[in-house]
Amino acid sequence: MSSEVPPVDQNISTTESIPQMGADEVLRVENIRKWYPLRRGFVETLFSKNEMNVKAVDLVSFSLKKGEIFALAGESGSGKTTLGKVLLRLVDPTSGSIFFHGKDITKLSQRELKPLRREMQIIFQDPFESLNPRMIIKEIVAEPLRVQKIAKSEEEVEERVKQVLTEVEIVPPEEFLYRFPHELSGGQRQRVAVARAFILNPSFVVADEPVSMLDVSIRAEVVNLMIDMVKKHSASIIFISHDLALAKHIADRVAVMYLGKVMELSTSDKVVDGPLHPYTQALIAAVPVPDPESKRTKDVISGEIPSPVDPPSGCRFRTRCPYAHERCSTEEPPLIEAEKDHFVACHLYT
Amino acid sequence: MAVLSVEGLTTNYKTLRGWVRAAEDISFEVEEGEAMGLAGESGCGKSTVALSLLKILPPGGKIRKGKIILSGQDLVPLSEKEMRQVRWKGISIVFQGAMNALNPVFKVGDQIAEAIKTHEPKVANSDVKERVAKLLETVGIEPSRANNYPHEFSGGMRQRALIAMALAADPTLVVADEPGTALDVIVQAQILRLLRDLKDKLGLSMILISHDLSIIAETCEKVAIMYAGRIVEYGTAVTIFKDPKHPYTQGLIKAFPSIKGEKVRLTSIPGSPPDLLNPPAGCRFHPRCPYVMDVCKRVEPILEEHGDKGHTVSCHLYH
Repeated sequence: MSSEVPPVDQNISTTESIPQMGADEVLRVENIRKWYPLRRGFVETLFSKNEMNVKAVDLVSFSLKKGEIFALAGESGSGKTTLGKVLLRLVDPTSGSIFFHGKDITKLSQRELKPLRREMQIIFQDPFESLNPRMIIKEIVAEPLRVQKIAKSEEEVEERVKQVLTEVEIVPPEEFLYRFPHELSGGQRQRVAVARAFILNPSFVVADEPVSMLDVSIRAEVVNLMIDMVKKHSASIIFISHDLALAKHIADRVAVMYLGKVMELSTSDKVVDGPLHPYTQALIAAVPVPDPESKRTKDVISGEIPSPVDPPSGCRFRTRCPYAHERCSTEEPPLIEAEKDHFVACHLYT
Repeated sequence: MAVLSVEGLTTNYKTLRGWVRAAEDISFEVEEGEAMGLAGESGCGKSTVALSLLKILPPGGKIRKGKIILSGQDLVPLSEKEMRQVRWKGISIVFQGAMNALNPVFKVGDQIAEAIKTHEPKVANSDVKERVAKLLETVGIEPSRANNYPHEFSGGMRQRALIAMALAADPTLVVADEPGTALDVIVQAQILRLLRDLKDKLGLSMILISHDLSIIAETCEKVAIMYAGRIVEYGTAVTIFKDPKHPYTQGLIKAFPSIKGEKVRLTSIPGSPPDLLNPPAGCRFHPRCPYVMDVCKRVEPILEEHGDKGHTVSCHLYH
């Protein structure tokens, strides 16, 4: 496995996998790659020629339509969080391009990005860490307004904060404005994070595992709230989740990632009910079913996700794939449209 | 005969603001070769029950009432020294493996050997080594890896090593506290499969603690659903999942998005679990219950049999 930077035009045929840029397209990424160089000792640097990289995201392309809920699914280490951050330019991609409302934002400086940031927001996983414990709810939610210098007066700030808190059902808002995050339950905190993300009326939001830290009995209401907010603000959302069952119920489309690559991409029904890629099939088979009478004989694939520093040659999943054949180790399968609107990167379909 | 029978166990934590009533009046039985699931959300007291069984509660935690009868012997009055004989041999525990359950500065094999040596000090070192190798093989780890340190293991392997450790002294009962929870779905499925295989092969009696009802449905014959420190419903897995009686159980089952079936809008239980320092009067679930009646706010319901034999519910709807 060579570690040199391969030519950018390698294998993925973007023209095939992505429909032409439409007017209703909010975001489009092409051949995004994020490699983190591995820090090594001095001696190691002297004696080995190749640079080592953690290939967190490797040649990912897709587009996001207006009002769409798009889920990124996969195990930990599959690169979904890194990709989410790259989309917002919180992390700079190593190569590839990001188009936001048709405009190439890959190379913009942070200063040039600032006005665009109004349109893009993020909701983090852990509401216990993403809210500053020393700030009151009002200041937490108002911060985007202040950073973007949108509100003209202090009254307007308060008015808008109250309004968005009402939208996320933190009611009555007056009672919560001067409280600190520790006085709120986990579900309420995540609602505050949602309010902060939506106060600027963004057109694009990345939600990184927004409910995985919450209790099961309150997850659904936070998820439903997010869907409602997306619809109401006609925003688009990238919903990062390891939970395919959740992705199925809320997302319009799902991309399944493995070791930095998209393995399968289609509507959520097609991916979950008729998965084509052996990896997606394995992921779905591994989800436990709340039925004590269901058969327990299903097979579980062996092994764990390999290191992204030196991913397997050819298809990255071949080391765990029950159908792996010779070609899989030599040739990397491109993401092709195996059925209508159903993309898969697997030699079984080429 | 029941391997373990817990009767009216009440464990509280002492804090500056008073007693946190983490587990109250908990009763259940585990038969030989049976797996019992203890399910509930975080903070419902399920881990407190597990720690009480081994009497390894954190400072401030105290068993205030009740009996823990393991093979005919009550563990509650035992001294710390006597408890040492019970731990690992009578009851062993599988901790959540991805966290810090293994000591990073000792080899994995040595940590497993420690459990054997504590209970059988006379066993020769070569025999211990052999048993460790066999244990590792049982849980699906190459025996030569006994000489590795925990950081050389992947998350799944660490969890497997912890299972091997729990089996080392051939225990009467194994308690598994959220096994595989911090791991990825596929690895988690591997771990649960291993636990099921071990249970079938070795006839293990087991208590499986999890917040995930589906994991319990797939593994256990019997289920106890806990809410705010109390068991609200108890019965066989089939009756609880096919015919849940308690409104909390019903809500919890519905809150899980199913990977099969139609795309639906998810439902949840409004509100959040109560503060156990000062739990609501009457039924602890009443502030969140869709069927709340006047009596629920005043009188605490008791766990009573309803419907099928052995299916108990604590809810005024049925009394």
